Amino acid sequence: MSNIKYILGSFGDPDEMLTGIKKLQENNISIYDVYTPMPIHGIEAKLGVKRSRLDIAAFFFGITGTITMLTGVYLATVVDWPVNIGGKTHFALPDFIPITFELTILFCAFGLVGSYYASTHLFPGRAPRVMDLRATDDRFVIAIDAKQNTEHEKIDELLKGAGALEVKHNERKYISYE
Amino acid sequence: MAGHNESILREPLITGKDITYAQITEEILSPVENKPNKAWWIGFILALCGATLWVVSVGYTFWFGIGSWGLNKTVGWAWDITGFVWWVGIGHAGTLISAVLLLFRQNWRNSINRSAEAMTIFAVICAATYVVSHMGRPWLAYWVLPLPNQFGSLWVNFNSPLVWDMFAISTYFSVSLLFWYTGLLPDIATIRDRATGVRKKIYTIFSFGWTGSVKTWQRFEAVSLILAGISTPLVLSVHTIVSMDFATSVIPGWHTTIFPPYFVAGAIFSGFAMVLTLLLVVRKVLGLENYITMFHIESMNKIIILTGSIVGVAYLTELFIAWYSGSQYELYAFQNRIAGPFAWSYWLMMTCNVISPQLLWFKKIRTNIAATWVLSIVVNIGMWFERFVIIVTSLHRDYLPSSWTMFSPTWVDVGVFVGSIGVFFTLFLLFLRVLPSIAIAEVKMILKSSSEQSKMKLIKEGNLDKEQVQEYIESLEKFDSVKQEEYAKI
Repeated sequence: MSNIKYILGSFGDPDEMLTGIKKLQENNISIYDVYTPMPIHGIEAKLGVKRSRLDIAAFFFGITGTITMLTGVYLATVVDWPVNIGGKTHFALPDFIPITFELTILFCAFGLVGSYYASTHLFPGRAPRVMDLRATDDRFVIAIDAKQNTEHEKIDELLKGAGALEVKHNERKYISYE
Repeated sequence: MAGHNESILREPLITGKDITYAQITEEILSPVENKPNKAWWIGFILALCGATLWVVSVGYTFWFGIGSWGLNKTVGWAWDITGFVWWVGIGHAGTLISAVLLLFRQNWRNSINRSAEAMTIFAVICAATYVVSHMGRPWLAYWVLPLPNQFGSLWVNFNSPLVWDMFAISTYFSVSLLFWYTGLLPDIATIRDRATGVRKKIYTIFSFGWTGSVKTWQRFEAVSLILAGISTPLVLSVHTIVSMDFATSVIPGWHTTIFPPYFVAGAIFSGFAMVLTLLLVVRKVLGLENYITMFHIESMNKIIILTGSIVGVAYLTELFIAWYSGSQYELYAFQNRIAGPFAWSYWLMMTCNVISPQLLWFKKIRTNIAATWVLSIVVNIGMWFERFVIIVTSLHRDYLPSSWTMFSPTWVDVGVFVGSIGVFFTLFLLFLRVLPSIAIAEVKMILKSSSEQSKMKLIKEGNLDKEQVQEYIESLEKFDSVKQEEYAKI
């Protein structure tokens, strides 16, 4: 058996890449991942990427912000150090709406982006796991696990038939580690 | 996107022939990957001089105290808060472009959002420096935060709009930064994958290991949309709260309920003007005429007319209410603005903000780059004077005529203001050198649907309504980056 780990079909056009995905899937060849320089709408469904639950997370982060601010202000203005301002109520809710809103947004944004970075393994200094350096420039790359899909020639043919400009047989998974 | 053609009636967002994905990367990254040209150096040295002036003036203020400014017992706020509100206002366009226009699916935001967001961040930095330096004892700036302390935990006054403002500005700054940086990740990865040596190492750290896999992109778009959704009310809340710094007081001329919408419109107005001031130069110097087209310029000008007119209506409403309310103090505040000793600044504001932007109703003017650039600067001047008028003319004639006085700035006031412009431009010019000034990935997204070449292909294929094609070709006449000969043949 050969040492080839991954087969990469490198396309110059997103529509041709979509044809490539379709052809591979028709032939029951599983796709490892697709790397593109821009978002391509509609491929996540084809590749079985589940719907994002980040919106739900964002909601709960936001609510946490709301509760934090209201609790904090209550503790400060009613429990810890009530100040009598012309006999007005200590917990003057309308006054606290702007800051509660700001903290809701702040928690929501940080929680959301934090969960996004965590769920997609993005953090400063992470070694990029890049299979093709041009995938962030002008190439749309389909990666196929060569150990799972052994009919390499057929894969090559399908990719070329769909319009791939280049088909690579990589013995290493990530070239960025070299 | 695949198999979807945009209506021919829509004007192209990317002009030029045979533009490829590689070319987009190449052109946008050329200022980042090459040595800067002469224009950049001249600009940078000038900006650096300004920034030095800022350091000197703020240093002087910190050393000798607020007394080095032209403030007096009656006029306790002047150039400092004028500058602060001016910068915060300018900071509004970035988020407006990236968030509101994303929600409205306005694709023309794609090539201007990056630099507008950068501008937002730098403008808010300038605004924040004003907040800190006007405190008198800036080393105690953390007192605005609700932190437990040695005074028996004496909390900040949560009823005060100044505290709300601290929350609003800091939230706005950090959320804008997150939004901007997350959007930058794919483009930093593009630079990383093209770079070698130390540059590659640096961009590797900042790219967070971005690869552009399906899941990251899909989540990226979800995150962008949610961030846009929460940033839209945020951007509106920020200037609303800034206006409450004035509106919740009892000073005649400040104590009005019209302030929040009036300030927000003014902020968008000045923000777009600053975006135009910067981008008209950037597109020329960096040769980005194909990405920031006449359509972008005209669209921004249309927003400037709209918001400028809202501001104009607000000025007139204020005047009317000053009379109609029957409050003699309110009426006097406005009479004093119109005909008092600072009348020149009032009329300067009126001319720059209300009258001159009306010239943009003429298509010839709003599609003329030189005229647009001059008008955008006029708007910036006008908006500075708006805040000056609101702040100084309302304060300088106090309740007691014995305390009436005038305000004149010292060199330190002028130095801090001119210096803050220097700081802003220094940061902006550095940004142009190290990060892509246009969101590369987002421009690539619209290449196949909204570019001139894709429309040309549609026209050549036929199957289009002749009248619509004619209208489209006529709409291209105003573009300075479109070669008309191509269309003469059709």
